[in-house]
Amino acid sequence: MLRIRNPKDFWAGVLFALVGTAAIVLGSRYNLGTAARMGPGYFPRILGMLLIVLGGIIALRALKVDGPAIPPWRWWSTLMVLGSVVLFGLIVNTAGLALSTVVLIVLASSASSEFRWKESLVSGIFLAALAVGVFIVGLKLQLPIWPTFLHG
Amino acid sequence: MELLNHLALGFSVALTPINVMYALIGSLLGTLIGVLPGIGPVATIAMLLPTTYALQPVSALIMLAGIYYGAQYGGSTTSILINMPGETSSAVTCLDGHQMARNGEAGAALATAALASFFAGCVATVFIAAVSVPLSELALKFGPAEYFSLMVLGLIGAVVLAHGSLIKAIAMIVLGLLLGIVGTDVNSGVARFDFGIPELTDGIGVVSVAMGLFGFAEIITNLESQETRERLSSKVKGLWLTKAQFKAAWPAAVRGTGLGSFLGLLPGGGAMLASFASYAVEKKVAKDPSRFGKGAIQGVAGPEAANNAGAQTSFIPLLTLGIPENAVMAMMVGAMTIHNIQPGPQVMTSNPGLFWGLIASMWVGNLMLVVLNLPLIGIWIKLLTVPYRILYPAILLFCAIGVYTISNASFDVMQTAFFGFLGVLFLKLECEPAPLLLGFVLGPMMEENLRRAMLLSRGDPSVFVTRPLSAVMLAAAVLLIVVIALPNIRRRREEAFQEE
Repeated sequence: MLRIRNPKDFWAGVLFALVGTAAIVLGSRYNLGTAARMGPGYFPRILGMLLIVLGGIIALRALKVDGPAIPPWRWWSTLMVLGSVVLFGLIVNTAGLALSTVVLIVLASSASSEFRWKESLVSGIFLAALAVGVFIVGLKLQLPIWPTFLHG
Repeated sequence: MELLNHLALGFSVALTPINVMYALIGSLLGTLIGVLPGIGPVATIAMLLPTTYALQPVSALIMLAGIYYGAQYGGSTTSILINMPGETSSAVTCLDGHQMARNGEAGAALATAALASFFAGCVATVFIAAVSVPLSELALKFGPAEYFSLMVLGLIGAVVLAHGSLIKAIAMIVLGLLLGIVGTDVNSGVARFDFGIPELTDGIGVVSVAMGLFGFAEIITNLESQETRERLSSKVKGLWLTKAQFKAAWPAAVRGTGLGSFLGLLPGGGAMLASFASYAVEKKVAKDPSRFGKGAIQGVAGPEAANNAGAQTSFIPLLTLGIPENAVMAMMVGAMTIHNIQPGPQVMTSNPGLFWGLIASMWVGNLMLVVLNLPLIGIWIKLLTVPYRILYPAILLFCAIGVYTISNASFDVMQTAFFGFLGVLFLKLECEPAPLLLGFVLGPMMEENLRRAMLLSRGDPSVFVTRPLSAVMLAAAVLLIVVIALPNIRRRREEAFQEE
């Protein structure tokens, strides 16, 4: 009976093999060329095959040797941390650096289990002033400070 | 004296007011992030890369280099005072440094760390200057086949000396190489793996990869594991050493410097490996090994000298061969590329001011660190009382601004978030991100050299083993893998990294 004894390695191996397969499938559109005159598809093909072999070995080994379980994933932290950053990137050019900073700080703070509303708001306002001072006044980055609709 | 001429040129560049200022900013920022947990030099350099666009290349590199060795100073401060290493390279300093602090010798421990680091920094600067010329002359003789084999050896060496599963690390390298060639192929003009996204035709940005894997992922995992911090146990007073302490510490610092300088040269070496090795050596040569772990001053002086020496000499392969040997050096490749400098042996001849200026700046930075670090310790301790729940959103903010301003595009931010997600996934699956970053920056270079070598040999792959230098390097890479795979050494290697 086959059983996954080392889930970390097993899924890592599967992941590598999948990426390797994808590289070969997607890369099949590119000209291979010859060994002497390699086309754009040659090196990716080698890498893809290597990944499949390595991933396969890692996954197969995980069926034989025991290993620790994959630790649980607290999706909330991941979502809020990455989400706050993505949102910042989307709105900063229209909402301005000051407001976007406050939004990022409050959202990102909520990823922590010790989240406190008011504290994060205060920290956000402080950091907004700091960011405007350092990046716009100091380093002269081309970013609006305030939302664009305020000054038409 | 050619060496003196080179150093004189270097100092004439490094001592211009603007470059002194950037060395100061870099080393102070390095100390700061060395003190703060949850952000390391790789993520910091990624964060600051975009702001260096407007600078002279030499100023940019001086500042970024300062972050790396500054972090070694900062990391030791927290190790000693609160038993928590700000950086992995100062983890061993906790063992005896914190014990010294508990015995009321915090001041002596801090002074030992600073002085040992400074001594190591001075020696390493001269060492780099002396070794660089012959190494880059050798490298200029390399053809594409030698370069390809050198990269293979560098990558394999980097994972052999790192901890964790060897085969997973190799797979991570290959994955990195694959990510590295995303974008327009220089030879054919074909956009590879761009998924129809126009931004990807320029390739994936090194800032996004590094910040996602090392910055965001680290923050997210820190949030998942709520750690408690030990509060400062003793007041710091008398930042100096007694004669007896000095006498006990200096031989260890000298040994640590020698060991660190050498280990920094090896692929995968650098600060962390150097400090662990030095601690083991000190324990071996000590008259009374039982003192270790209970506040032996040698256990602070040796590793602290070693990690600083190792941090600095790990620049040698980058500056002379163009091969980054650890994740921080991979970021330096990114920085050089942004400023249109192709890392490699030609930098020394085509850009001597930059080359020697960077080296001399390391000495300048070290001097400033030893002068400034001790008085600033009070401020660093204050900063540590800021709770993590306030600290990490601020780190995220600076990351987000940094990555957005690369080209004022939200795409870069999303790309970074994607790598942040991947980074968490890798950490869950226990896959080290550093090999991926190394592969990522070497990907395009490796493909180019493979192509050229095969073109010159008319498609005959035996060129890699018939050219003697190339054959030696490939043989060394194979040997490394075989040696590590031997059960006996494998067990020892695992034990060595267990001590973390």
